[in-house]
Amino acid sequence: MLLIPCPYCGARTENEFAYGGEAHKVRPEHPEEVSDEAWADYLFLQKNTNGTYYERWVHAHGCRRWFNLVRDTLTNQVHGAYKIEEEPPKVDETTYV
Amino acid sequence: MKARYSIFSLARNALSYHENWQQAWHSPEPKKSYDAVIVGGGGHGLVTAYYLAKEHGMRNIAVIERGWLGGGNTGRNTTIVRSNYMWDQSAALYEHALKLWENMTRELNFNVMFSQRSVLNLAHTQNEVRITKRRIHSNRLNGIDSTWLDPEDVKREVPIIDLRGGGRYPVLGGSIQRRAGTARHDAVAWGYARACSEMGVDIIQQCAVEGFDIEGGQVTGVRTSKGQIKTNKVGLVVAGHCGVLANMAGFKLPVNSRPLQALVSEPVKPIIHNVVMAGAVHAYISQSDKGELVIGAGTDAYNGYSQWGSNPVTEDTLAAICELYPLFRRMRMLRQWGGVVDTCPDASPIIGLSPVKGIYLNCGWGTGGFKATPGSGHIFADTVANNRPHPIAAPFALDRFRTGFLIDEHAAAGVAH
Repeated sequence: MLLIPCPYCGARTENEFAYGGEAHKVRPEHPEEVSDEAWADYLFLQKNTNGTYYERWVHAHGCRRWFNLVRDTLTNQVHGAYKIEEEPPKVDETTYV
Repeated sequence: MKARYSIFSLARNALSYHENWQQAWHSPEPKKSYDAVIVGGGGHGLVTAYYLAKEHGMRNIAVIERGWLGGGNTGRNTTIVRSNYMWDQSAALYEHALKLWENMTRELNFNVMFSQRSVLNLAHTQNEVRITKRRIHSNRLNGIDSTWLDPEDVKREVPIIDLRGGGRYPVLGGSIQRRAGTARHDAVAWGYARACSEMGVDIIQQCAVEGFDIEGGQVTGVRTSKGQIKTNKVGLVVAGHCGVLANMAGFKLPVNSRPLQALVSEPVKPIIHNVVMAGAVHAYISQSDKGELVIGAGTDAYNGYSQWGSNPVTEDTLAAICELYPLFRRMRMLRQWGGVVDTCPDASPIIGLSPVKGIYLNCGWGTGGFKATPGSGHIFADTVANNRPHPIAAPFALDRFRTGFLIDEHAAAGVAH
């Protein structure tokens, strides 16, 4: 069970939250103008890192606000949460092979 | 030449206390170069090597595996084999596999304990009833056996089920595929490994991939923990880490990796004789030949590479099992584990060419790769040998995420992706 530190509500158990996938993906400004490759990239392609991962979560059964989380996807260690408009905290990034 | 397994070889070896059985496969050190290297020594990878050697005359090939044979998702799944998928493309793929399952034991001279005990897919909501009936019609148009069961038919098939589902999960009916069933997962890996080794395929365990050599967009070699291997063809047939390997080769995949859980109980006398799946509540159950209940749960809600999975998922599944089968409430679970599954946005696999010449993909099987093992390897070997997708593989190309021709099998896949 993850204990997720919602930046608005504090630490809560994972089943209060819903997952939003990779963070810091920027939606193309004009989707109708980008190539199919670029659109597929935005829509489907994932970093899917084995290690330190920046991801979006929403506190679905709480404040219902979106925020970002830095978590190690192998060990499940949570490095910290930050609001959408904030810069990610500095962490020692790890990638496992 | 390997001795054939038979009742006579069993009796002969009994005389020497079973201490002189021949090794089933060789474990050589890697050669400097191969005509093809298959990454991943699970079912799909070994079957690929088997057909490359058997049907395409490629004997100078290797299967490299980071851990041990069948130690990934081949040995972690709930051993369910069925082909009742909805779309024509998937029906062709999974039915091709099911037909190969039916003759696997004989072909390999290795008992994979394929048991066509039937698979039921329960429907718990009106929506599920509709999609299940639609899928049955679709299956039958594709020549796949599939039948609708009313609640009382379900009760006849599974007498221990509580059709009220404890009031929480009422059973409104379900579909049954009678040719579907289970197989011994480890035996599949071992049987194909033995057959591969006999044809001269090098099976190299404890050999992790560390990188690829790529020159001018063409792969020229694989860097491994056991040294460099030269090759112009690499098949990536891994579950759980295809994204990691793709990163090494310089491209991304539309894949999210997540743990999928399973559990087994203490062994009991025969009590449930088919496989019963309840997609809406993520509770699958069957009974192994040892008597253990084999229970399949859902995937974690978030990405992860840990091979255990999250507690709330286990709890939800067991709650549903207890409501549907009240007499299992006092059963004790012996083991719980997870396997990392690579899920695609449309719950269908990726089979075919990759952005790098000479690297071929057979991955992204999500929560349901085991059932496809022989068919997947068969069409993938053809793809690797001829450098173009096999007709059954063609719709599953990576390019479908650009063109938009997705093959949405979320309902048939059962486990939410």
